[in-house]
Amino acid sequence: MRAGSPWRLFDRLVRLPPLLWLAAFFLLPFAITLKISLSEPATAIPPYLPVLDWQGGLDGWSAFLEALNFDNYATLAADALYRDAALGSLAYAAVASLILVAVGTPLAYALARAPSHRQPLLVALVVVPFWTSFLIRIYAWIAILKPEGLLNLILLRLGLVSQPLIILNTDAAVIVGLVYAYLPFMVLPLYAVMNRLDPALREAAADLGASPTRVFWTVTLPLSLPGIAAGAGLCFIPMVGEFVIPDLLGGSETLMLGRVLWSEFFSNRDWPLVGAVAVLILAIIIGPVVLFRDSLRSGEEGRP
Amino acid sequence: MADAPALRLRLEDLTKRFGTHVAVDAVNLDLDPGEFFCLLGPSGCGKSTLLRMIAGFETPSSGRVRLGDQDLTALPPHRRPVNMMFQSYALFPHMSVARNVGYGLAGLGRTAATARVSELLRLVQLDGFADRRPESLSGGQRQRVALARALAREPKLLLLDEPLGALDRGLREETQAELRAVQRRLGTAFVVVTHDPEEAMMLADRIGVMEGGRLAQVGPASELYRRPVNRFVAGLLGDVNLIPGRLGPVEAGDSRMVQTPHGPVHASATALSEGASVVVAVRPENLIVGTEGLPVTIADATFLGDRLRRTLRLPDGTLLRSSGRPDDAGDPIGTETRACFASADAVILPA
Repeated sequence: MRAGSPWRLFDRLVRLPPLLWLAAFFLLPFAITLKISLSEPATAIPPYLPVLDWQGGLDGWSAFLEALNFDNYATLAADALYRDAALGSLAYAAVASLILVAVGTPLAYALARAPSHRQPLLVALVVVPFWTSFLIRIYAWIAILKPEGLLNLILLRLGLVSQPLIILNTDAAVIVGLVYAYLPFMVLPLYAVMNRLDPALREAAADLGASPTRVFWTVTLPLSLPGIAAGAGLCFIPMVGEFVIPDLLGGSETLMLGRVLWSEFFSNRDWPLVGAVAVLILAIIIGPVVLFRDSLRSGEEGRP
Repeated sequence: MADAPALRLRLEDLTKRFGTHVAVDAVNLDLDPGEFFCLLGPSGCGKSTLLRMIAGFETPSSGRVRLGDQDLTALPPHRRPVNMMFQSYALFPHMSVARNVGYGLAGLGRTAATARVSELLRLVQLDGFADRRPESLSGGQRQRVALARALAREPKLLLLDEPLGALDRGLREETQAELRAVQRRLGTAFVVVTHDPEEAMMLADRIGVMEGGRLAQVGPASELYRRPVNRFVAGLLGDVNLIPGRLGPVEAGDSRMVQTPHGPVHASATALSEGASVVVAVRPENLIVGTEGLPVTIADATFLGDRLRRTLRLPDGTLLRSSGRPDDAGDPIGTETRACFASADAVILPA
């Protein structure tokens, strides 16, 4: 505090690189995407119009700005495909998030309650799948879920089903893939919160006559809510824009924004519409991001 | 509240081993109904482990915990008619004071529970705080919420782990008095764990001193102070002079001679055998400066109003402390004089 100025200068310098990074690799690309989304498709290189005439001076700028329009957003609003894809993305992400909470909470609780000398190994096991390529792991699910795949083989052998179940290329396969791929992002923040809970709180509840079940519902779970919110937010946000999982595991009718974006870009080469879809995904995600940030903040305040 | 049937807690050969470390070593203890008992000892002596075995948070390696004619040993904590007040209070941060206090009253109807909560908050003088969150309370108020919560289920026995440890000095004495008053009023047996001898003496009817997992001595504070069984207990409960020597032969009467390098002294009889290496333990207030006894030099003297504290030096350099009434003063520092004690005021302990 005393020798304020050099330290303050240092603080500012330290803050500068991340800001520059965000400006160069997030803000600028986003501005370009936004600009493209206001353009019109064209058979040219690049495949859209207008292109800013840098030599045109002020007139060039105004001509450029006048040529921009919101036609692509009108298209998005008018065509039910895009609305359904947006709702579909939200629905898949929401269902998968709920399942992640239901699966991740007991898993994180088991990790947090394991003997402390075993916890590092168990946490490492949660992270181990990351050592294999994401793509390979999703392909592996095709092998498991396909009609003649591992799952059906087991179910048929056990006599639980008489015909192979059709799971691959359905909504169920997409949800399975999403839950599988994002589980570590649910479990790790939740485990971190549960692990920090004072064990005396659980003991006090048990001492006051609460069964282990009641201790969990009335003490452990409410105090873990910041972790649940953090985990759910961390999963929900990227799942909305997910492309690989619905593309590999979903069916032709699986509508998600990431898939629409892909096909508009690579099949139709309609860059301006893709730009509009990208901006739409961002707009959809901003709400949850704000909620997520608030939940993190309230979680911090809630700590004694 | 006070009409709950009085039950006797009995610990039988209670032992807890962690790996090869014996935390609690074959403790036997009988607690009187309605007694205020204190487990006293330094950290690591096993007192908290003992308390946690009574509450059910640790499973004994061997031995039994009985309350009345009920064997608690195999019961999980939530089935024991015993409650505990935790060292850090362990208040639920997401619940109001009223919900904290009422947490253990799930079996009661809503009206009965609400009435009981107000009654308890009155008992600990926190009426009006029902809707507050623990984080908005002072340390002393939190302590009282924890006490009310632990008493809510009318336990047959209340365990308190360092109940005053988190409070500052001034608040501590006030809270000690309150704790005693509440205990008297309810007639519930209290078992307090503390490392503070003064606190133990102020609170408890009886004290159990723990040393290395064993109960070294159990008794009222006065007995532990006057008749400690070993040097550890003697030193724990206040200032003591330890004069080494060799035990003389068995004598008629209730005293025994110890041959010290500075001459023979007499102390209360002991069962130790002749020739044993012993120390004679004398409290400063029992060491009288006068005309007979061990030869000493007055090394220092401090007038403290109600008493006069003197440091005396034996010929071999050992320092003794004496604390007497100021009117027997007089001799200046450097005076060669003598110090003695009544044999009934001194105990012989193994060296």
